[in-house]
Amino acid sequence: MIAIIDYKAGNLKSVERALRKLGFACRITHDGEEILHSERIVFPGVGAAGKAIDDLIHLGLDNVLSQAFDAGKPILGICLGAQIILDKSEENNTPCLGLIRGEVKLFPSPLVSAEGERLKIPHMGWNGLNVIRRHPVLEGIMPSDEFYFVHSYYPVPALDQFVIGTTDYGFEFPSTIGYKNLIAMQFHPEKSGVPGLKILKNFCTWDGRIVSAQ
Amino acid sequence: MLSKRIIPCLDVRDGKTTKGIKFKENIDIGDPVEMARFYYEEGADEIVFYDITASSDRRDIMIDVVRRVAEEIFIPFSVGGGIRAIEDMRSVLLAGAEKVSVNTEAIKNPKILSDGARDFGSQCIVLGMDVKQVNPSDRIPSGYEMVIHGGRTYTGIDALWWAKEAERLGAGEICLNSIDADGTQEGYELKLTALISENVNIPVIASGGAGNIDHMHDVLTEGKADAALIASIVHYGTYTIREIKENLHARGVKVRRMWD
Repeated sequence: MIAIIDYKAGNLKSVERALRKLGFACRITHDGEEILHSERIVFPGVGAAGKAIDDLIHLGLDNVLSQAFDAGKPILGICLGAQIILDKSEENNTPCLGLIRGEVKLFPSPLVSAEGERLKIPHMGWNGLNVIRRHPVLEGIMPSDEFYFVHSYYPVPALDQFVIGTTDYGFEFPSTIGYKNLIAMQFHPEKSGVPGLKILKNFCTWDGRIVSAQ
Repeated sequence: MLSKRIIPCLDVRDGKTTKGIKFKENIDIGDPVEMARFYYEEGADEIVFYDITASSDRRDIMIDVVRRVAEEIFIPFSVGGGIRAIEDMRSVLLAGAEKVSVNTEAIKNPKILSDGARDFGSQCIVLGMDVKQVNPSDRIPSGYEMVIHGGRTYTGIDALWWAKEAERLGAGEICLNSIDADGTQEGYELKLTALISENVNIPVIASGGAGNIDHMHDVLTEGKADAALIASIVHYGTYTIREIKENLHARGVKVRRMWD
């Protein structure tokens, strides 16, 4: 069973629907025991980092996530779930979970594309993913595949080796990060059509190990 | 690099689309769920549903449509029409829509934008704007005025001011419809679209006037739109979404292509 962590942070149902469509059993839950007994964890989220961390702590889920991570359970962070796994966020100067070393930054303003066009913040819509490190969860993703993003902040891991994929929005920012049994993406795989579903499917069969580091 | 989005719009009344897709074989699909799936598989980047059901006690039919669409398509879709309160937003979002759009209600009660953004996040809240060109005046300095009731009622609100104000209140996106261009198939209102898009930091979806791919090209370049809403030109089978995207791509507009 896959546990989708429920901490009042936005559209969990769309993740659930996508996993069900792929034929995987899942449950939306904030029960620590149930999460620790699950086979794998999806950690979604939209909204502000500060409130998300407060809600997580209130539900005791910060410790649950750390335990699950230490136990080697495969964990997938999505959107805000790819940010608050780092040490801290510039969004209201929020201390975060620290599962991966690094911080979350606001897109610089003004932001300009290589063609000289003004780029809006939030970064909203479909954009590419340059896979720079092979990862089982990104197996089969093609250079032309695009994914749906909505965010103003982005993750900056402390070490380059945590960056699995990048996306061009004025500059190449880390849009997929990973460490050990944790992988996290800034975009929404559950809203990214066929390639997004492929990522979810890959995650659902991933054993949490990274075999070859490039 | 971010792609420009191509967004088909479906008008739904009592659970049925008012314009079905007319294929060359003249098959007419009027089921919004089937149409959404068709456009999803064709490469639409998002889908907009506009509920024009007249009576409010039939809103549940739309909620059921939203629920069924959410099980079939895995791209964002929004629902507008008949959203009068936070509870309407909640039921549409819970049923599986990614976004809700408010138009007239936001003019009558701007607080719905800030309340919606607070409860669900700005990324869920789309401001629909119906705009008509007027002579610039002290009251309407931009020369574009907000209208309601399909353009029959002028509100005395300047469109540029309202776009900025809605952004400040928490709208996450604007769907900008030119009443002058709507239905003409003679092209989007480029000047209006560029004016709004350049003065806000949230994405602008251009709506009204698409008759051919040139129009779409122009609004996504000269018009500075982040996305283009289309209806008739795909519903009537004039073009497929793939044809539109291939054409735009060939002219240097960045679009999401699923068939490399």
